Amino acid sequence: MERLILKVTTKILFAPIILFALYVQFHGDYGPGGGFQAGVIFAVAFILHAFCFGLEETKKAAPQKALIVAMVLGLMFYAGTGVATMLLGANFLGYDAIDPASTHHAGQHYGILLVEWGVGMTVASTMLTIFYHFTGREPDIDQEDW
Amino acid sequence: MNGFQTHLGPLVFLDLSLLTMLVLVAFAMLRSRHLFAVVMLSGIYSLLSAAFFVSLDAVDVAFTEAAVGAGISTVLMLGGMLLTARREKPVTPGRAPVALAVVFATGAALIYATIDMPAFGDPNAPANSSVGQRYVEETPNDIAVPNIVTAVLASYRGFDTLGEVMVIFTAGVAVILLLGVGSVRGGTRIVDKDEDE
Repeated sequence: MERLILKVTTKILFAPIILFALYVQFHGDYGPGGGFQAGVIFAVAFILHAFCFGLEETKKAAPQKALIVAMVLGLMFYAGTGVATMLLGANFLGYDAIDPASTHHAGQHYGILLVEWGVGMTVASTMLTIFYHFTGREPDIDQEDW
Repeated sequence: MNGFQTHLGPLVFLDLSLLTMLVLVAFAMLRSRHLFAVVMLSGIYSLLSAAFFVSLDAVDVAFTEAAVGAGISTVLMLGGMLLTARREKPVTPGRAPVALAVVFATGAALIYATIDMPAFGDPNAPANSSVGQRYVEETPNDIAVPNIVTAVLASYRGFDTLGEVMVIFTAGVAVILLLGVGSVRGGTRIVDKDEDE
């Protein structure tokens, strides 16, 4: 079996990388991180997968069509949060309207989580899309070709 | 100027050594003709910048630089490199006095401009005193989020961040339009034919 160590390492590392991406995504309020970084880390897990198992295998796990939908959905999620706060009677992205009765700005927490989720979705799917399109143009190269 | 003097502690020397390494890596990138080495050096450059940002206490920026600069862009550059040659064509050495003069004039202007800048770490510098001070003071009352960077990014300047997400989205759409194989024209799918068929 070719590149056995790399393949086993990738299989072991894949889930922790995704978990770390989710940690960065949801812990952005409290520590460094947020949607941008989390999206990139999320995409990196799939890029590592593509390096070891080939692009076609990764495209089965994360199909291009789904990525385009995720790109649009992430942006709509962000803008939709803004529209939702407008419908609740506040300004565009005025998160306090989400939970106006809260004494510790819970609405801000919810709002930030929602828009960061949109950011993460768009960033992760866009990075993977760009990667697919750049690397998918040539057949896989030999090890010696580097 | 209020006469604030930067304390020359060990951290300043750490910053200086990191900056020196950045310059060295940049020169190495200029000298190398091997594109693989250039891509790897650009990754090292990003990692050194990330270390520099950590030393400046800008952990969020450092995180982004490490993930985007050292991670994704290195991978994308490698992907781009596969589509072209492995080595840069040797350039015939020549002298360009106009270019040299422009570079020196710009460099001199930039160095001259640094004389007016506030000292490193000055608490009364415009970046620290006006709007930055307000964010630090008001975030616990307005947003109640421990990470002020997130409060500024997602709440105070949420509209700017929406624009940033739109920029990334546009980049993705542009790549799909330019490099995407198999396009749809007039409702029917058109598949590009293989060249050797």
